[in-house]
Formats: sequence, structure tokens, C-alpha cells
Amino acid sequence: MTDMTNKNQGRPTADPANARELIAFRMGAQEFCVDIMSVREIRGWTKATPLPHSPPFVRGVVNLRGTVLPIVDLAARLGFAGAEPTARHVIIVAQIGTQTIGLLVDAVSDILTLAEDLIQATPEVASEMAKTFVRGVLAVDQRMISMIALDHVLPADERDAA
Amino acid sequence: MAAIKQTFFQECEEQLCELETGLLAIDDGDTDSETVNAVFRAVHSIKGGAGAFSLEELVQFAHVFESALDHLRAGRLAPSGEVLKTMLRAADMLADLVRAARSDSSVDTASREELANELRAFDPHEPSKGSGQGIQASEDDDPDIAGFEPVPICLDDLGTELHSIQNRFLIHFTPKPGLYAKANETALLMRELSKLGEIQIICDYSHLPLLDELDPEHSYLSWTVELTTVHDETAVRNVFEFVEWDCELDIQELDPEAAPDDEAITALIREMQATVEADLAARSDPQVASVPASAAEPPATAGNPAMSQRGKQEMATAAQATIRVDLDRVDRLINLVGELVINQAVLTQRVFEAGVARASGVATGIDELEQLTREIQDSVMAIRAQPVKSVFQRMPRLVREVAALTGKKVRLVTEGENTEVDKTVIEHLTDPLTHMIRNAIDHGLESPQGRVAAGKPEEGLVRLSALHRSGRIVIEVSDDGAGIDRTTVKAIAAAKGLISPEAALSEEEVDNLIFLPGFSTTSTVSDISGRGVGMDVVRRSIQSLGGRISIRSKPSQGSTFTLSLPLTLAVLDGMVVTVADETLIVPLSAIVETLRPKADKVHGFGGNAMVIAIRDQFVPLIDVGRELGYRAKDTDPCASVVLLVESEGHARNALLVDAILGQRQVVIKSLEANYRHVAGIAAATILGDGRVALILDTDAVVAHWREVATDFEEPLAAAG
Repeated sequence: MTDMTNKNQGRPTADPANARELIAFRMGAQEFCVDIMSVREIRGWTKATPLPHSPPFVRGVVNLRGTVLPIVDLAARLGFAGAEPTARHVIIVAQIGTQTIGLLVDAVSDILTLAEDLIQATPEVASEMAKTFVRGVLAVDQRMISMIALDHVLPADERDAA
Repeated sequence: MAAIKQTFFQECEEQLCELETGLLAIDDGDTDSETVNAVFRAVHSIKGGAGAFSLEELVQFAHVFESALDHLRAGRLAPSGEVLKTMLRAADMLADLVRAARSDSSVDTASREELANELRAFDPHEPSKGSGQGIQASEDDDPDIAGFEPVPICLDDLGTELHSIQNRFLIHFTPKPGLYAKANETALLMRELSKLGEIQIICDYSHLPLLDELDPEHSYLSWTVELTTVHDETAVRNVFEFVEWDCELDIQELDPEAAPDDEAITALIREMQATVEADLAARSDPQVASVPASAAEPPATAGNPAMSQRGKQEMATAAQATIRVDLDRVDRLINLVGELVINQAVLTQRVFEAGVARASGVATGIDELEQLTREIQDSVMAIRAQPVKSVFQRMPRLVREVAALTGKKVRLVTEGENTEVDKTVIEHLTDPLTHMIRNAIDHGLESPQGRVAAGKPEEGLVRLSALHRSGRIVIEVSDDGAGIDRTTVKAIAAAKGLISPEAALSEEEVDNLIFLPGFSTTSTVSDISGRGVGMDVVRRSIQSLGGRISIRSKPSQGSTFTLSLPLTLAVLDGMVVTVADETLIVPLSAIVETLRPKADKVHGFGGNAMVIAIRDQFVPLIDVGRELGYRAKDTDPCASVVLLVESEGHARNALLVDAILGQRQVVIKSLEANYRHVAGIAAATILGDGRVALILDTDAVVAHWREVATDFEEPLAAAG
């Protein structure tokens, strides 16, 4: 369902002990990535059941083989305008601590294997919202890919997290 | 070793429960010797186990306790109220010691010794006390007990005296299957006996069946032992100390003067041999004879119908067989069955969507599958169901302690302890119940003097009962105390700023004030109840279980707290409704009735609020769609359906939904596991079409609506 087969071997890999595997995905014109270890699976978009009193970036919940999976619209979470999801959108099922959540993104673009030291610090220009989530940036084939930490993707437990 | 020790502690807990139950039964006038035996057995087993793990303190105390119980068992001590009080305290102490041993901590030695001395004082052989000790109330005996010094009786003297005398015993020993099940071994017992003196052992295998009828788990052999020893009967009995209940034991003392080859024994042996021989002769297969000698527990053979019948009876008499299973495994099974139920529903829906005729073979198969799934689900749920006894059993001790602390006299009556409810519900019941019972004694009951002055018996009554009512478990905690002092409650609530002083509240509303956070009727923080937490914590924990709590109180007659809880936290009977194109589940237990409103019954009420007249009563009308933020505007009530729901405190509210789709049992899925709590939503479930549907928390919806309605001028503006 995604271009997982388009695996980019021969990326700048230094020594394998120091290498990291990342999954890259697109939202609008920008590219982001998360550590592959936190990704459980990738599936197509299905209509979510909206949750009342939830922040706008929480799209609702879907059934993942019997588990109730909350869907976070990552674009909205990072502060850009999220588009209305279609069947072409993709949900990245990720593990954060003990919780499993779904991240709504436009498409998965790449699997990267690269050395840890290629990750650069976040540029100062980024918005406050992006700074909360972006852990660093990568330059791959003249593209800029922002690496995202998922720890704070779900709203904190206070009621007015929106 | 650690694992075995763990098992020992688990078993200790069970024995302690049995001990307490037994003592309480005796206290209530149960004179059945089996009850006393059960109590004795419980202490004895703990002692035995503790000995194996060298838990000295535990062994010593258990031994003293056991001796006291032995007097009770032998009828040398009358089971008076005072005696049982001490015994119950001893049971508590034993429980403390077990817990201390488990956590490697220690228990106050002084209080243990004091209690041990009190127990020793029950010894009727103690001359200064006599048998009157147990019967007399110990009020005036107390100083004596405090100053009582145990007099050691030297049994060695007795022993030397007996040395010259040769005692002869005839021991009939018939082990029950349980003896072998507990890893005891006849050969070892016989070896022990042989150490006491000269013995002659005859094995009686006359009851041994043919090989194909033989149940390897059964015990067929019995032994007759003739023992000549310098020891007395107690020494002989001690050999059998740990198998006493798993065998038939008959010890006869024979005339020591008579010759060892006494006529009677020879006659008996001859008789027995004759029977055995006759028996063997009667059997067609001569080979059988060699089998009995080979082993006490021969290898397994398939039993014939008659034998398995016997085996079954055996099972029935040996109480209900149980196994210990890791809870995780049960939970996993339950989760899987939950998946199966959902999957079956999805399959059913898909099959009919695919246009399969209702009368076809596929449809019949689907129906059968549904039935089977339901049955599997029920059975799996039954595995988790447990009697509330395990919680109720902790309460007597609590009552004793709180009563002692407050100086009140309390009798606890429990009813319906065998009512079954899901284990998770049980686990969450202990804290709220503990708190409620503390409250009932501390706040509910008057002091003994106060009670007498009010014309009530000095001893207060706290009743704890459980019963099943319409798919829920209802637990009541009631006292016959003074009831809620409504004037004081109102004054306190006003003083704490919880209500305005001039608020006009109904009696019921006043009673419910005690559930408000930060409310406590006692001005001083006592050790028993009122550590800053109060009934609001109780209410919250009950609500988190999907339960409700309500209160009834009558001045000078007492108060009753009623908890109503779902039987399981895994499935729920719900009504499937639609609201603004979303499917929601409303718990059936909350719904009183459903109706289609008529235009002339719906009235606007202030700003945006609406009420509906139901049988001449005006009930607030709440639009669920707006309340959950699914739509911005009120819907037309006349095109919708009204669900009349009853929330805590029996207040009724009308919830407006678009349509009712039907009723069904749904599997509860937590939202908190991967997300967090959502206001107004109890949990989620997965419907037949594979989509997630939310389960409405009607109480929370009503409470939220009320909050918004009272906080703002435009009540529903903030709802979205």
C-alpha cells in the first residue's frame, strides 16, 4: 500500500554500529522522518470515529485488529493546515512508551539508513511548535528531512490541551 | 524454593480466611465439630508450613494458638464470647505474623507475647484458672491474666516414669487418596513407628481391585501395626500428626501384661488373611495377586465405566477441585475471546451484506457460530467471576479494629458473600468498602452510651450485603446509627463554601453534599476516617468502575449507602443509537425508558435549555449531539428519540439522540490504554462493521451539561 519497496540502499552509511534506520514521510511539501524502531506498521486511511472534547489534531479513533487506535493528524499537530484525509493518505502506527497511536501523513517516501552524526541540529528559524517535535534535520540528496520525536505527540492529560 | 515459599504464603492467606470464617461462625453459635476442626486444621497447616521454612516466630505462636484451639476442640474450653474475642485477635496476630514473614519484617514482640499468654491461660489444666476461665467473662479476670506466669510442665519426668513400662498398641491405618496427594508416604510413617519400638506390620490389600479397574490416584491399602514401645499414645499419634486428616487412624492400647502374641491379634490377623485369600480366590485372574505387592500406587490404567463413576464421586466429595492459573493467561484468553466476538459480528455483517439468503446453509452456520461464541464468552467470563467473599472477609477485622479505636461496640452482619462479580471489580472494591465501613462506624454509629440513651441496644449494627439486580451487583453498607445530621451537613458545606448558605436543598441533595470534594463532617482529623480524603474519593473510584453510589438516611434510624456496579468490566449490554451520523452505545443499565417526544411536551426553559414533560414531570432535555460537540445547533426534538436516563442520586434526565438502531452486547475497549480519558465517554467498542463506536457515560454527560449550564449565562455555548 506504500512505497516500502523503494528501499534506498547505498545511502551514506558509515559504520553499521553507528547507523540508524529511519522512515521518511511527506506532509505537504515537507519531508519528515521517525526512528524505524518506533514504527509498528503502516496502513491506509480508514474513516475514524471522532472523539468529543478533543483537540483538533486528534482525528478520532480507528479499529486496529481489536485495538482502539487514536489518530493524530501530524500536520495539524505541527501547526500546518491539515488536509481532509483521503484513501491515499497513510497511517503510521507508532509505539510511544506503552501506548500505540496512529500518525496521519500524506505518504511514506523512503527508508533511510545513515550514520548518527549526519543528523544536524534544528535550525533556529523553526516555529515554536516545530521546535517541540523536531529533534534535528538531515540532508539527503539535496532534500531536507526533519527528524521528529514522538514523545509529545499525544496531548497532555489536561482537558484544554487544544 | 522461593516459588514454593510463595505458594505457602498464598495457601496461608486461604487458611487465614478459613480460620477467621470458622471463628466467626463459632462466635455466631455454630457448634458443629467440623467447624472447630476446620479452624484447628487451618492453624495446624500454617504451623506445619512455617516449620518447613524455619519461620520460628510464626511456628511458636501458631503452636500456642493451636494448643488453645485443641482445648476448644476437645470441649475442655467453652466457646464463650470472651474466648472467641481473644481467638479472633490471635487470628489477626497470626495474619500479621504471616505477612511479616512474607515481607521479612517483624511484629511487635510484646503484643505477641501478651496474646500468647492469654492463649496459654485457656489451658484448663492450669490449676489456678480451672475450666471457669472460658465461661466467665474476663472483665474482672483481666489483672490476673496480665500477671499470669505460664507454668512449664515438665513432661520428661513423666517419660522416665513410663520408661519401665512397655506399652502395646494396635494401630489401624487406612490412608485416603489425599494423603498421597500431599506427598506423604506410608513407608516413611512406618519407619517412624519402628523407631518407637518393636513393630509388626501387616498390609491389608483386600480392597485392591483388578488392574483394569484400578485408579492410580486412589488408595486401596491399609495397614495394621502392632507396636511395643516405651512411649505413650501421644508419641504414637505424633507420628501421624501431619496425615491425621487424610487417613482413618485407630490406635488401641492393648493390655501391656498380655503376651505379644496375644490371642486377639492372631485371631484378627488370621481373619484378615482368610478374607484376603477368599477374595483372591474369588477372582478369576490369578495374576492380580502379584500386583498389589509391587507398589502402593501402580501405573495408570484405563478405568472401566464403573470405576470412572467411582472416580467422579471421589472428585465430588473431595470438595471442588480447583487449579491456580496465572491471571495474565486468563486475561489473554478474555482478550482473545473479545476479538472473536467482534470478528464474528463483522463476519455476520459481511456475509449478509454479500447478499447471502437468510435461509441458506451459510446463514445457519453463522447463527451457530454466534451462539457458540456467546457461550465461549460466558464461560470465559465465568472464570474471572469470583464471589465477593474475598473482599467481605477482610471486613470483620477492620470492624474489630475500628470498634476498638472508637470505643464503640459493633456487630458486622454480612449477606450474599457468594454473589459473583468480575475479578477486576472485586480488586477495586476493597478500598471504597473499607472507607465506607470505617465511616459507618466512626460517623454513623453513636457511642454505646448515646445508643442506650436513644433506646437502642448498646451494640451497633453494620450490615454489608451484596446481591445481583438487573445485570449489576448491588452492594449495600448500612448502619443503625443516628443517620445523617442534615443541619450540620448543610452548615459545614456552607462554611466551606461548597454551597451558598441560603440555598434551598432537598433532603436528598443535602445527603449528597457529603460526596463533595473537601467535605468532612468531623472537625478534627481522626485516625480512622477523614484523612483529608472522603466520600468524594469513594464516589470517584466507584464511578471509574462504571458504578453509582447513592445514599438513604433516616434520622436516628441510620444510613444506607448503595453501590451499584457492573458485573464485568469486559462486556456491556448497550443500546446502539445514532447522533449526528455517529454511532454511540448507551449502557442499557442507565436507561429507564425511551420515547418519541411530542411537540406540546417540549418546553424552552430560560436561555437555551429545554425541558420535556414526562407524565407531568418536567425533566431536563439534553442534546447529546451538542453536548459532545458533534453539531453546533440543537436538533428538532420531535424528529429525535428521547432516552430517559437515571443518574446518581436518582435524578432523571432526558437525553436526545437521533435514532435507535438496536440493542446488543458489546466488548468494552479502553480509550485510556492508547489515548486518555475523554469527558462524557466511558469507553469504546468495535461494531459489526469494524468501526469504533464510543460508549456514552450518561452520568458524566449530565454532570458536564449541568456544570456548563450553571457556570455560564448561555448554557450550551461552551459545550462545543
